[in-house]
Amino acid sequence: MIDTNLLSVMYMELLLFLILFPLIPAIMLYYLWSENIRGIVVTIGAGLTALGSILLLAITTGQNQSFFTVPVSGIAILMLILEILIAGYLVIVSLKAKQYLVIGFVLLQLILIGAAEWTGLQGHAETPDLIIDQFSAIMAVIIGVIGGLICIYALGYMREYQKHHPDLFDQRPRFFAVLFLFLSAMFGLVFSNNLIWMYFFWEVTTLCSFLLIRYPETSEAISNAFRALLYNLIGGACFPLAILFIILTGGPENLGLGSLIAAGPAVALIPACLIAIAGCAKSAQLPFSSWLVGAMVAPTPVSALLHSSTMVKAGVYVIARFAPVFEGQILGMLIALIGGVTFLVASCIAVSQSNAKKVLAYSTIANLGLIVACAGVGTPEALWAAIFLIIFHAISKSLLFLSVGTVEHRIGSRDIEDMTGLAGPMPRVGLMMLIGIAGMFLAPFGMLISKWASIHAFSQAVPPFGMILIIILAYGSAVTVFFWAKWMGKLLEVRKWEESIEFAISKAEWVALIILTALTIIACFGIAPISTYLLEPLLVSMYGPISPLISQSNMMIMVLMLALIVVLPMMLMKIFVPKRNLKRYMGGVTVENGLMEGSLGMKREVSLGNLYFEDLFPEAGLSRYGSAFTIVLIAMVALVILVWGAI
Amino acid sequence: MNTILAAVAFLIVAPVIGGLISGVDRIITARMQGRVGPPVLQPFLDIAKLFEKEKVGVWQAPVVLIFLHLAFMVVTGLIFFGGGDLLLAIFALTLSEVFLILAAYSTRSPYAHVGAGRELIQLMAVEPVIIITAVGFYMVTGSFAASDIFSFAGLPILLLPGVFLSMVCILTFKLRKSPFDLSSSHHAHQELVKGVMTEFSGSTLGMVEIAHLYELVILLGLMYLFFAGNLLLGLVAVVIVYLLEILADNSTSRVRWLPALRAAWVITLVLGGGNIIILSML
Repeated sequence: MIDTNLLSVMYMELLLFLILFPLIPAIMLYYLWSENIRGIVVTIGAGLTALGSILLLAITTGQNQSFFTVPVSGIAILMLILEILIAGYLVIVSLKAKQYLVIGFVLLQLILIGAAEWTGLQGHAETPDLIIDQFSAIMAVIIGVIGGLICIYALGYMREYQKHHPDLFDQRPRFFAVLFLFLSAMFGLVFSNNLIWMYFFWEVTTLCSFLLIRYPETSEAISNAFRALLYNLIGGACFPLAILFIILTGGPENLGLGSLIAAGPAVALIPACLIAIAGCAKSAQLPFSSWLVGAMVAPTPVSALLHSSTMVKAGVYVIARFAPVFEGQILGMLIALIGGVTFLVASCIAVSQSNAKKVLAYSTIANLGLIVACAGVGTPEALWAAIFLIIFHAISKSLLFLSVGTVEHRIGSRDIEDMTGLAGPMPRVGLMMLIGIAGMFLAPFGMLISKWASIHAFSQAVPPFGMILIIILAYGSAVTVFFWAKWMGKLLEVRKWEESIEFAISKAEWVALIILTALTIIACFGIAPISTYLLEPLLVSMYGPISPLISQSNMMIMVLMLALIVVLPMMLMKIFVPKRNLKRYMGGVTVENGLMEGSLGMKREVSLGNLYFEDLFPEAGLSRYGSAFTIVLIAMVALVILVWGAI
Repeated sequence: MNTILAAVAFLIVAPVIGGLISGVDRIITARMQGRVGPPVLQPFLDIAKLFEKEKVGVWQAPVVLIFLHLAFMVVTGLIFFGGGDLLLAIFALTLSEVFLILAAYSTRSPYAHVGAGRELIQLMAVEPVIIITAVGFYMVTGSFAASDIFSFAGLPILLLPGVFLSMVCILTFKLRKSPFDLSSSHHAHQELVKGVMTEFSGSTLGMVEIAHLYELVILLGLMYLFFAGNLLLGLVAVVIVYLLEILADNSTSRVRWLPALRAAWVITLVLGGGNIIILSML
């Protein structure tokens, strides 16, 4: 037996290490102009962070939820000062850019959190600062490993990026510093038990994303960065409101995540809903979602980071934390519906997009919607599905973003139509992209397992909401199959084996891509152990005894299917070699593959375009209706809160 | 033990049953069109002939993908008739379909490309109904396991009439019947040549045909579930549904894919969705 005291000290030190350590490379990188030294610092920094997070997960396995108080005084004051400084910085840049609405919300938030801390500090409440359980540890691994890989990938990518944008001032020192600051803030967020702490880290992630989105410094980038900031501040204003509400009604002893959730829906439901609205803004749910689409102007590693391991995952993390509070509540169902509508609308919009990054963006929004829907339903099975969605989405989506980024630098386009037959000239990256896409929607891969569990979970949710969510999910997943499969098809339309153009891809990019591809497959094989050793103990500690989730035999079938998919193609490629290769049938005279001779003797290149149905799924119209619908839902949430608060 | 037997039986018996059904289908279709039609065993003869042809292709990827299409169609059947989770069977079916579509795309033939697009539309039209059907069965029987639904004592159709009707509607697409320009059908003279299958020949095409026989049996098995409590009634109902499909095929040969997609979605939403929402409120 390990001495529990020793363990708890080690534990807390590891948590603090993960929060504080990334700041060291961040500060170093800020002052480093040498590319070689930067490479070393980033690699070591990312590596240590990733190792730390894996160690944490290893220790957490089999442990109960634990809380820690950091024995240093004055942290709350320091945080308040930093918050004022951040607010000051935001006010100054917004003044320069004449973004007065942003200033308004910055000041509003500052007043709210100031008021909350003022009243809260007077009560001298003893709330543990940090929380650690399997959920936080899983989030930490996602942040540490995937975030770390993205930082390493960025080394190679940003070198190319600066070559492609010679007129852009090289701000890479600041860029990498912000990346590590972002990781630090994310660790802080997922380890915070004290909501005041969590809010502080929450604001830092908003600041980081603002700085990263405006990196290209074009007018579009700046205005999109301000939009991201504004939407996050609008949603974020609900966070201090929740803190204020807790202090005014329940007393400051409920300021801790653990005690608040334990207090049950009667106390926690209203603050949980307020924080969930803040979470919806952060995780780009309708009506806030346009900020994440606009964030696509930033360099690809930023998109990958925002979409997979940080930012949007912070939003769904807090909503999922409150899942036990939402279970069986009408307010929870309204939150779930916001997610459900977002899932359906964003999936439909993705059909009409041919820009690869936009497809990825809308699919992220859609999948986050599904996570929010699961969290809103709040049953153990739904939370199980939500956490698995978070894990698998983080892996597959980062792989997809990074491979699209690499392809973009090689073929000079991020349009899916330009990727026709990409498996020919870029066989390895093409294969990775195919695996990433398969990971997003096909059967034995992770995302689909979660979708499966969500259908199980929704079938038992409060009628008729559960059924409405099922119908939304049924249509949404039909559309999802459509837009992913046509992308996969595009990649496979190989004309002939052309010269490989993969030679100029940097080592840093390969490392990240290969590890993420491996993780996509390994995580699927590991679904049963992850469920048994991490999620089930977590769910038992949150809900008490739970009924069996997806049965072991079904998981075995999934693993067998996965093995089939991984092994069969490799074997078959050797067995099924055609005796003769024939030309394609073109209805006319095929001159050579891809060229045909028409009736007037003209030679024409065959070009194949995919279906996008812009008229059936118009982006502008759908987002308008989707936003209107979700605004109504949020208004309903607000109304219920007000009425309940009045009673 | 029983489930393993059922699974093995499916592996061997399903293509035989599927072949016989499609043989009878061809005769009935021919009679409706004033022809005599081929012998009942024609589907088997066709497939046997295909496997004797020379192995040619555009490159090897399509063959590999077609093999996976067949393999996962069989897996779907094994899960379904082996009594496994209905949703898992549905996802395996989708996976199998996606492999067929990818095979068509990978040939890079214009006809196969358009055909693959159509096949995807078909998938998009059909997916919601199938998921709603699975949930409908869960609500009636309290389980997603096919074995529990097969051995359910009552008649699920009594509670799921709307779901059943929308299932009948989409079965037309699933069996590659009307609308005739949707992916690939047996009708001659359509503008897509043979849609997804344009570039497949010999044993590759043979595998597609075998997969289709399995699919036929799986789909009819799914229809049978609506009458699970009564074997005789179930068989009669499945025969009637299949005859209706043949009739629909021959009487709606000019329906295009867009109205078909819209109709499928609206019918699913109103009948299927309405059905399970009302059922959940009861």
